[in-house]
Amino acid sequence: MKYLWQSLKTYKKEAILSPLFKLLEACMELVVPLVVSHIVDVGIGNGDKAYIVHGILVLVAFGAAGLAFALTAQYFAAKAAVGTSAKLRSRLFSKLQSLSYEDIDGVGTSQMITLMTSDITQVQAGINHTLRLLLRSPIIVFGAAAMAFTVDVYAGLVFLILIPLLTIVIVLVMAACTPLYKKVQEKLDGVNLSVRENLQGVRVIRAFCREEKEQAVFDGRNSDLCAAQKKAGRVSAITNPLTFCFVDLAVILLIYVGGVRVSLGALEQGDIVALYFYITIILAELVKLANFIYIVAKAVSSAHRIEAVLDLDGEPDLYAPPEEETGDLAVAFENVTFTYRGGGAPSLSDITFSARKGETVGILGGTGAGKSTLIGLIPRFYRAEEGTVRVNGARTDAIPRERLREIVAVVPQKTLIFQGTVRSNLLWGNGKASEEDLMRAVRLAQAEDVVAAKGGLDGEIAQEGKNLSGGQRQRLSIARALVRDPEILILDDSSSALDYATDARLRSALKTLDCTTFIVSQRTASVRHADKIVVLDEGRIAGIGTHGELLENCSLYREINASQGGEEA
Amino acid sequence: MKKRSTLHEIMRRLRPYAPWLVLTAAAAILSVAGQIMAPYFIGKAIDGLVYTVNAAGKRVIDFGYIYRYFAIIAVCVAATVAGQFILSLTNNRIAYHVLASLRRDAFAKIGVLPLKYIDNRAYGDVSSVILSDAEQFSDGLLLGFTQLFTGGATILGVLVIMFVMRWEVALVVLVVTPLSLVAAKFIASKTYKMFKAQAEARAEQTAFADEMIAGLKVVKAYTHEDENERTFDALNEALRKKSLSALFFSSTTNPVTRFVNSVVYALVALTGAFLAISTAGAAAPFTVGNLTTFLSYSNQYTKPFNEISEVIAEFQNALACAARLFALIGEPEESSDEGLPALGNVRGSMEVRDVSFSYTPERPLIENMNISVGAGMRVAIVGPTGCGKTTLINLLMRFYDVDDGAIYVDGRDIRTITRRSLRENFGMVLQDTWLKTATVRENLCMGNPAATEQEMINAALAAHAHGFIMRLPHGYDTVLGEEGSLSEGQKQLLCIARVMLCRPPMLILDEATSNIDTRTERLVQDAFQKLMEGRTSFVVAHRLSTIENADFILVMKAGNIIEQGTHRELLAKNGFYRELYEAQFEGN
Repeated sequence: MKYLWQSLKTYKKEAILSPLFKLLEACMELVVPLVVSHIVDVGIGNGDKAYIVHGILVLVAFGAAGLAFALTAQYFAAKAAVGTSAKLRSRLFSKLQSLSYEDIDGVGTSQMITLMTSDITQVQAGINHTLRLLLRSPIIVFGAAAMAFTVDVYAGLVFLILIPLLTIVIVLVMAACTPLYKKVQEKLDGVNLSVRENLQGVRVIRAFCREEKEQAVFDGRNSDLCAAQKKAGRVSAITNPLTFCFVDLAVILLIYVGGVRVSLGALEQGDIVALYFYITIILAELVKLANFIYIVAKAVSSAHRIEAVLDLDGEPDLYAPPEEETGDLAVAFENVTFTYRGGGAPSLSDITFSARKGETVGILGGTGAGKSTLIGLIPRFYRAEEGTVRVNGARTDAIPRERLREIVAVVPQKTLIFQGTVRSNLLWGNGKASEEDLMRAVRLAQAEDVVAAKGGLDGEIAQEGKNLSGGQRQRLSIARALVRDPEILILDDSSSALDYATDARLRSALKTLDCTTFIVSQRTASVRHADKIVVLDEGRIAGIGTHGELLENCSLYREINASQGGEEA
Repeated sequence: MKKRSTLHEIMRRLRPYAPWLVLTAAAAILSVAGQIMAPYFIGKAIDGLVYTVNAAGKRVIDFGYIYRYFAIIAVCVAATVAGQFILSLTNNRIAYHVLASLRRDAFAKIGVLPLKYIDNRAYGDVSSVILSDAEQFSDGLLLGFTQLFTGGATILGVLVIMFVMRWEVALVVLVVTPLSLVAAKFIASKTYKMFKAQAEARAEQTAFADEMIAGLKVVKAYTHEDENERTFDALNEALRKKSLSALFFSSTTNPVTRFVNSVVYALVALTGAFLAISTAGAAAPFTVGNLTTFLSYSNQYTKPFNEISEVIAEFQNALACAARLFALIGEPEESSDEGLPALGNVRGSMEVRDVSFSYTPERPLIENMNISVGAGMRVAIVGPTGCGKTTLINLLMRFYDVDDGAIYVDGRDIRTITRRSLRENFGMVLQDTWLKTATVRENLCMGNPAATEQEMINAALAAHAHGFIMRLPHGYDTVLGEEGSLSEGQKQLLCIARVMLCRPPMLILDEATSNIDTRTERLVQDAFQKLMEGRTSFVVAHRLSTIENADFILVMKAGNIIEQGTHRELLAKNGFYRELYEAQFEGN
């Protein structure tokens, strides 16, 4: 829980003041039985009506003061809970942004979104209730006990027996419940999975006539969940009756002790009334507390999930002392082997090749050949654990992250355009780009008609670019990369949604740039004019050369070329 | 669904639990009775603490009197404890069992609802009904049972006892307590707007976070982290402010109602004390013990009031959830095919006769379509996006029923046989790949659980999937994640292997190789060709190179078949097919 504490620290003042005012409120409440006992002993005892009225006014005044203190406490509690969770959320967001690609893969998008939304909300509710109730309750309970001692030491001993018993009950129930609720949550995940999967795969399931089998799987998970819920419910069902039982037994003990003390002349009847009320105050408080235990239990398990992610290390700026950029090689791979975390066999094995500055390099290969993996190593999205990748002559490990990603611009296979305007998306490439820079990039990317269709650079773009077609998105995302004016441009199968004519125009436009360009594709037509083509097959280099050279000496390239209707060698 | 019929349906669902409900009611009464009676007898016991002074000048207390009440109090406590425990257990049981059966029925609907229903809704909408609506309904049911029932019983019981004991004091309690309800309602109506503003701010922030988290890799590639952080923090700060006001103002309810309660308490003390003085020495005095009891009752009486406003809101919500849930469960199902004969093994001839179909009556799609396919033919369907290719497949598989006309397999109308037997005769690979969260093995054997290891490996080899499967961490026993680390192309190869293992008499390939590179595609096509020898197949593709050697090509446009014939015939026609064919080589 260390991050939670750190975030809470900013609201130290509120986190202290809130329980403090709760304490004052509790005092106001704790005084009530004393006043009543005086009304009983003095007012009723002597038939003094003025005294009674006076006492009642005091009661109301204490109530009003209690209200004022309570409101102040609630304000501080709300401020601390909301502020802490906002802080935690902001922290989590920046942590998620700092994760390496490997950790992004590991945590997974859906978990990240759940963490940012539902888990944080649970934690906020937990903090709020903790400040308001979990702290108020001990104050009331111990306060009531302390007041009982001021009334009579022997009667106070009854409280001294009661409180540890009740504490044990609550701690035990809480300890037993937390893992049970976690289990419920896990079982719920299984039911969730069934539902989501069956909705998404409804055609396949029906086509394979699997409805009954899927129902059987669901029924199993559903009854597991039901059993887990009943189990958690059974345990938490013990709290209230046990509390009642202990408290009422304490009342009996109290009246007995009270009787003895009254007969000894140490106490009056009114004192017993006051003591009895202290016990009922404790009871009311604990019943309230029991109802919130599960909120706190849920918050604790959510906090653990969040902390696990916050504990991950962000991607470091450098993995090695910085090196100078020299030479005329833009990119060089030296005996690089790479395996994805949790992957079996390497996705890339023993890759060696280089690209001179200004060259156009084609990366060609079939499904799962390792093309995207290879280009992902250049901007250090992933790190090669064996061999060396160099950019501008320096090891990528030895180039600061921001600098490296300034040099290299990647247009990913899966294009992503964000909510905002055409301009705001293009400015991702370079926040300082001028109007002319933007339009130049748009022209190069063959995206003038996209901008025109949206009514200019300030045209609105919906979330995830939903108001654009696949081809339009692709061209905008190429323009975004060009705005960056990168030294190295990587197009990862970025023209798959473009028709052949546009694709060809785009390629000749890119030729006019003086940057080093990588074109990743399955189509030989897209790479045939490159200065150098790297052919990949199951993670290994099957051939390097120009279109003509490869046709001559690379059988795989010939096959691919032929399968696409290209000319024979 | 109307509120009345929702309640009616809830009652119907609860009927099997009638004995448990009776037990719940009994337990509630037992526990409330115990809780109400205990303060009364405690008051009596406290009355016993009045001492007399004996001859020796010592104070004497009648402990015998007190002990008698101790026994009664113990009985009350036992009743409360037993009642509460039984109440919780039976309520848990009823709520969770009803929940499980509702979830089960709702889930079963996925298997029998017409696809039209599912296709027309976002998955999230349907799953939130099955999961969160069901959950909230059961929570509401549980809370409603426990609170409304015991709360109501407590209010009534306490009121009766107070009136019996001393109507004057009871009247004070009766009149003043509802003030707390008024106060709670006032605060709730004021905070409603604040909660709405908070929900809006939260939605805005969630939308931003969703988009950026989904695009995290792009964010990092463009080192856009700092800008994002600034935007996020601005949204976060806005949310913080809105949350603070909503949370604070809503949390004033408790202190305010507590204050009202303390006023009630003071008034009870006042009237009680005055009464005690004025009735002192009378035949029926208002004793200190009575006052104690009353004060305790006023606490017990006001507590349910504080909870009731909360419970009512919760219960309204539960009813709304139940209405959505019952609407889903009551949704009309696909027409039943019980009692219809099975198709049996087919030779694979297929006829579409005078078929018309549209998803919505306003937008006619397929009209008067006629196709005749002999057994063992390879049929290709081509045409621009939205021309009705996938719709035709929906009809062949009977995912949708035709509006007019009929489809025949081996001369039998597909509506006169069971869906299951029809679909068993088809193998299907769609562009949209779907794999279960399960091992590769389970996924491959989905259509043919009896397949041997060797058969499975052969299918994977034929689909060119064996190589990458072996490179997965645990080979065929690797569990595929929901998102999965496989590329789209690899998923398609798995789907193809899955179908190859079934060896169905008829095959449907809907853009089945669209994400696979052309070379692998050609190899997979060869494997299909071998597999499909003598079997009927339908292939939808946008790469015309993959369909050139079909026996028969249907060219579709806007729901109609505008040309049909072999590749050569169609090229010779110089029509739409030729246009499509040539467009793909433009600029190459």
